[in-house]
Amino acid sequence: MSVKLARADRRAAWLFMAPMIIAMLVVAVWPLARTFYFSFTDAYLDDPTNFSLVGIDNFLEVLDDHTWWIATRNTLVFASISVAIETVLGLAIALLINQAIPGRGLVRAAILVPWAIPVVVATKIWEWMLNDQFGVLNQMLIALGLVDHGIAWTASGTLIMGVVIFIDVWMTTPFMVLLILAGLQMIPGEIMEAAEVDGIPGWKRFWSITLPLLKPAIGVAVLFRVLDALRMFDLAYVLAASSEQVMTVSIYARNRLISFQELGIGSAASTWVFLLVAFIAILVIGVLRLDRAAGEAA
Amino acid sequence: MASVELKSVSKSYGGNTVIRGVDLAIRDGEFVVFVGPSGCGKSTLLRLIAGLIPVSGGEIAIGGEAVTDVPASKRGIAFVFQSYALYPHMTVARNIGFALETLGLRRDAIRAKVAEVAKLLKVDHLLTRRPRELSGGQRQRVAIGRALVRKPEVFLFDEPLSNLDSDLRMEMRIEIARLHDDIGTTMIYVTHDQAEAMTLADRIVVLNHGVIEQVGTPQELYHTPKSRFVAGFVGSPRMNFAPVTTTGGAPDWSLAGPGGLALAVSVTGNRSAPATIGVRPEALSLVAPEAGRLSGTLERLEDLGHEHFAYVRVAPETVFVVRVPVRPTIARDTRVGLAFRDEDLFLFDEAGLRLDHAASHERAAAASIEERAA
Repeated sequence: MSVKLARADRRAAWLFMAPMIIAMLVVAVWPLARTFYFSFTDAYLDDPTNFSLVGIDNFLEVLDDHTWWIATRNTLVFASISVAIETVLGLAIALLINQAIPGRGLVRAAILVPWAIPVVVATKIWEWMLNDQFGVLNQMLIALGLVDHGIAWTASGTLIMGVVIFIDVWMTTPFMVLLILAGLQMIPGEIMEAAEVDGIPGWKRFWSITLPLLKPAIGVAVLFRVLDALRMFDLAYVLAASSEQVMTVSIYARNRLISFQELGIGSAASTWVFLLVAFIAILVIGVLRLDRAAGEAA
Repeated sequence: MASVELKSVSKSYGGNTVIRGVDLAIRDGEFVVFVGPSGCGKSTLLRLIAGLIPVSGGEIAIGGEAVTDVPASKRGIAFVFQSYALYPHMTVARNIGFALETLGLRRDAIRAKVAEVAKLLKVDHLLTRRPRELSGGQRQRVAIGRALVRKPEVFLFDEPLSNLDSDLRMEMRIEIARLHDDIGTTMIYVTHDQAEAMTLADRIVVLNHGVIEQVGTPQELYHTPKSRFVAGFVGSPRMNFAPVTTTGGAPDWSLAGPGGLALAVSVTGNRSAPATIGVRPEALSLVAPEAGRLSGTLERLEDLGHEHFAYVRVAPETVFVVRVPVRPTIARDTRVGLAFRDEDLFLFDEAGLRLDHAASHERAAAASIEERAA
């Protein structure tokens, strides 16, 4: 290609990307930069124009706060357990509905319903079903004679984390199923037929062929879900507001920023959340070798 | 090593029948090629033999044992796929040896077998590579190696060379023929390429719409095709056909066709009237317009170096292809005549079945001499 043509191509590329770049600058880079800047100040939300620089004091104060560490632990517990359950369950369901069973189309459509419901609505529905006095779950348990009186699902300290994980699994397993199913359908049928002719038993076909070939799809799905779970806010907030039992780092940052009006410390907490999510994302990509696996599947 | 027998095997999907009552006996050690146009059911028939899909009716026996209800892995067959179907995440060595892992063989025993097969197929220098690092021909060799290592009774090939370029296809064709000579295992090979069928097969099975049109040696199919379909399928370029009108009555007919064709033929055996004539491009020669049996306008000349094809329009909707050994010095749009010998004329009736005629016996006799010599 001539130099002139190459230059024209590059100009066209920039032209096409310009709207996207401008939008990103306005809605992502600018707020992020502002947050980052405010995290070095002692600003308050009621008067954000009046502040002075305080160095890294805010970052240290967040780390010094016992509640921050509770929130971090909650977030990590929630993310690891829920994503683990969703992955195993998603893989199992995807394998099942990848088979040519009758009514497969209907099952595939139905399975997406929980994912299509807004988080707040789904959480409210479950909150009612789990209500200790009027909830349908306790009614059933009492009717079956398994318990004498209703269990306070969302009030008890140990139970509520389980409830949050359960609702999240219920809501986002369909997403896992969908991504893994897409990966399953990318595996050529003739490879499975070759294994069949070769007399490879089912379990070995799964471990040595299906799973390795699915790795990139599972990896991407896990990455998406981990990032989502680490910044989870709505589910825990709707269910338990600012209760420390299920407080996530996002809720912590929100409380410092909005409830306590501490713009500086809230921004520092948000920055910590950003760093935490970024660190774990890099970790996941590295462990699952997503950058390399993508090329291998081809 | 084993024979393969099919007894009225049929397969249908819903109301759609793709294989209709196929009977076929393949001898131990034979190389049989299934040919036919796409959609004729040749790959389906191969998959039925493999056990990759269940039959809707009929019985299959391999080595004299009924295998109709036996899973693919227990039929003693190996299958080579068109897409090679190599395990993309495994090395060449593991691809070849994977089936042996489940047989409880020791690791060094597997390695020895893999090395032996790899050497035979000339892929021993590629053992640590992944399939995506191989060329098409190398992938095909690995796929054959994977089949070979299990020492199958019957080899099944599903259009194994159709993803290769023509040079490589020729080379692999010779390799497969050599492999069959070396190991002598029964092989069933599906292709739509009649050149592969002609060069590899002991016997060719021509399939059309899920039924066997004809089974025979390449020579039988070429010289005495049972029907217009087989005649059109075997030989390249394909046989020239032209519709004819008849006067007279069995067995002596006067035929009139395009390009001023006028022939008197004497049909033997079958009593039905000829409806189509056929002449192969290699049986035709270009002559002066008045010296030929039919004439037309030279439309196009193709020069392939070692041979030349002349396209002669003998009627508005009929073009005859003529194979000429030396480049003719005739300008385009010139009127030319086409000549052929009586014994090179094929006659087909309304239903497409070939009719024997007085002169065709000479051709059959010549074919049987040729075959005996081969």
